[in-house]
Amino acid sequence: MTADLPSFAPALPEIVLALGAMALLMLGVFRSGKAYTQVSTLTVFLFILVGVLLVAYVGGERSVTFSGLFVTDSFAIFSKILVLVGSGVALMMSSRYMADHGIDRFEYPVLIALATLGMMIMISANNLLSLYVGLELQSLALYVLAAIHRNRNRATEAGLKYFVLGALSSGMLLYGISLIYGFTGTISFDLLADSVKTGEHAGIGVIVGMVFLIAGFAFKISAVPFHMWTPDVYEGAPTPVTAFFAAAPKVAALAMFVRAMFGAFGELVTEWQQVVIFISIASMIVGAVIAIVQTNIKRLMAYSSIGHVGYALVGLAAGTEAGVEALLVYIAIYMTMTLGSFAAILSMRRNGQMVEEIGDLAGLSQTNLPLAIGIAIFMFSLAGIPMLAGFFGKWVVFWAAVEAGLTPLAIVGLLASVISCFYYIRIVKVMFFDEPAGNFDADKGRAIPLVIGVSAVLHSPVSFLLISPLIAAAAWAAKSLIY
Amino acid sequence: MTLTAGAFYLFAFVAVAAGFLVISARNPVHSVLWLILTFFSAAGLFVLMGAEFLAMLLVIVYVGAVAVLFLFVVMMLDINFAQFRKGALQYIPIGGLVGLILLAELVTLVMAWQFGDKVADNVTAPIPAAEQVENVKAMGAILYTDYLFIFQTAGLILLVAMIGAIVLTHRQRAGVKRQNISKQVARKPKDAYEMVEVKSGEGIGSASKKG
Repeated sequence: MTADLPSFAPALPEIVLALGAMALLMLGVFRSGKAYTQVSTLTVFLFILVGVLLVAYVGGERSVTFSGLFVTDSFAIFSKILVLVGSGVALMMSSRYMADHGIDRFEYPVLIALATLGMMIMISANNLLSLYVGLELQSLALYVLAAIHRNRNRATEAGLKYFVLGALSSGMLLYGISLIYGFTGTISFDLLADSVKTGEHAGIGVIVGMVFLIAGFAFKISAVPFHMWTPDVYEGAPTPVTAFFAAAPKVAALAMFVRAMFGAFGELVTEWQQVVIFISIASMIVGAVIAIVQTNIKRLMAYSSIGHVGYALVGLAAGTEAGVEALLVYIAIYMTMTLGSFAAILSMRRNGQMVEEIGDLAGLSQTNLPLAIGIAIFMFSLAGIPMLAGFFGKWVVFWAAVEAGLTPLAIVGLLASVISCFYYIRIVKVMFFDEPAGNFDADKGRAIPLVIGVSAVLHSPVSFLLISPLIAAAAWAAKSLIY
Repeated sequence: MTLTAGAFYLFAFVAVAAGFLVISARNPVHSVLWLILTFFSAAGLFVLMGAEFLAMLLVIVYVGAVAVLFLFVVMMLDINFAQFRKGALQYIPIGGLVGLILLAELVTLVMAWQFGDKVADNVTAPIPAAEQVENVKAMGAILYTDYLFIFQTAGLILLVAMIGAIVLTHRQRAGVKRQNISKQVARKPKDAYEMVEVKSGEGIGSASKKG
């Protein structure tokens, strides 16, 4: 009854992150509530350390540990780096907002670190059980973050709504997992891939379970028809938290979705492809059409993120290695666009108050030209105008879909993209051609202008230089998933 | 064999009946008491399956701790349960409809019941049979070796829950008097009182003015 100790080496970055988060928690407690800046800075350094460990120590070789519960490969490394960048940048952008609103509590960076840990576990899950615990670790931290501004009704409402709907989605996920376990006798991805075959042996029960699983995933990535919580939560949560929500957890949940589909149900492509095509089309259309009537820029970004999840899912719907590669390129580009846009939203501050209406941007080109140019680049990039990075993202996913024989899907995507141009470009029009609505306050910190500047440069035509390394990295990551 | 079967049906019937009474009892305290009976019956079912350790855990943890906690919560929170239930009854028709549809779907599913080829191999024995190894040993092996990773992650989830509860509810109130033991111990007699010599017949008026 003795067993050898499992190998910790593949999971070392996660272990370091967990221990680091707990050490920072202790630091915060002993400094008794004055440690926000210190803990926040150290968390960013912790993320950098974990990223270095991922690249230098773990590397892209596929290795499985903890009795097959945990897997690391180049796909995991790529997605985890994205998640770490998303979390770290969102944390760097938070300081001023948190201090201004009196919610600069040291628990905030600690919760972000623990949520990031949950995301890394999700990405590395090689078993439906480790997938579920990683997801719960992430979600529970996110529910608290949504409600962290507890004296504000909108924030507590957002937290409660997110919690109730998140619990519902976890229930659907677990129901799906139990059906899958009942019909195949296993929850390990490797065994599932072995047991689940197309044709006469694919029991209808497994497929029903898989559809429930996909419904649970769709909740987490806020794909239509499970997107209802997104606008309310994005609007109600504090803006830096919304920026975090729109970046890292989306990447992690999409990566988890892709790994579950290819790792466990690779043989059932034809079955899950239909479902993914449906949610992809629905997300693109809803994201494009309903965003037109929004006046609050955070709600607009929520619908925009729903639409972008739809575009990313086009890559998954293709069901090929090229499709996964395209999806990874797309989410990398989407994440930098979103972080840049939210950095811009965080600098919309007038007379010490945050403003969130699109009308507040009026005439920004006359009062603050650099910010206006930055926002214009993000909006054109989100719309997918050629020469900017967002265009490449759309190009690769649609191309992957066409190559996989899904031309109608690519055409629907293009149409949705044209519709969405309307509201992105309307913001540019408001900024450049309307009467000025007044000055924004100057940014005190360096973090937000830095994020705006860096991501604007990354999305400007400079992206021509960066797109081929990015595609090479994504190809390296996608290769490990399909074997 | 018949005794085991009889015991099974007894425990199962009591568990279902008590479970129904949990949601139908008018008095919430009675609901909690019925819940305790449900837990006991479930523990009996575990014993029948040869899982004595789980049965004991269920009695100690659920009856001993969770149910008592429920009882406290029910008695201390000021919730109008009658009002609560009145609203719930309105949703019975639509809820019943959804339930019927789900039932129909489940029946269709059961009709098409089909296992893959490898299911039998997958299911076989993650743990040894009950005769070969004791309960506690089997559970320990599962929890601390095979599923060590899950066990630790579950611990982190509980940590997040604890941080979350503190972040969302803990308040620093102003003007609260707290005991400061070191300050109390360090206090000397002369900080607390003053010896005043009062001359007879003069009262203490002049003395207190001096102090």
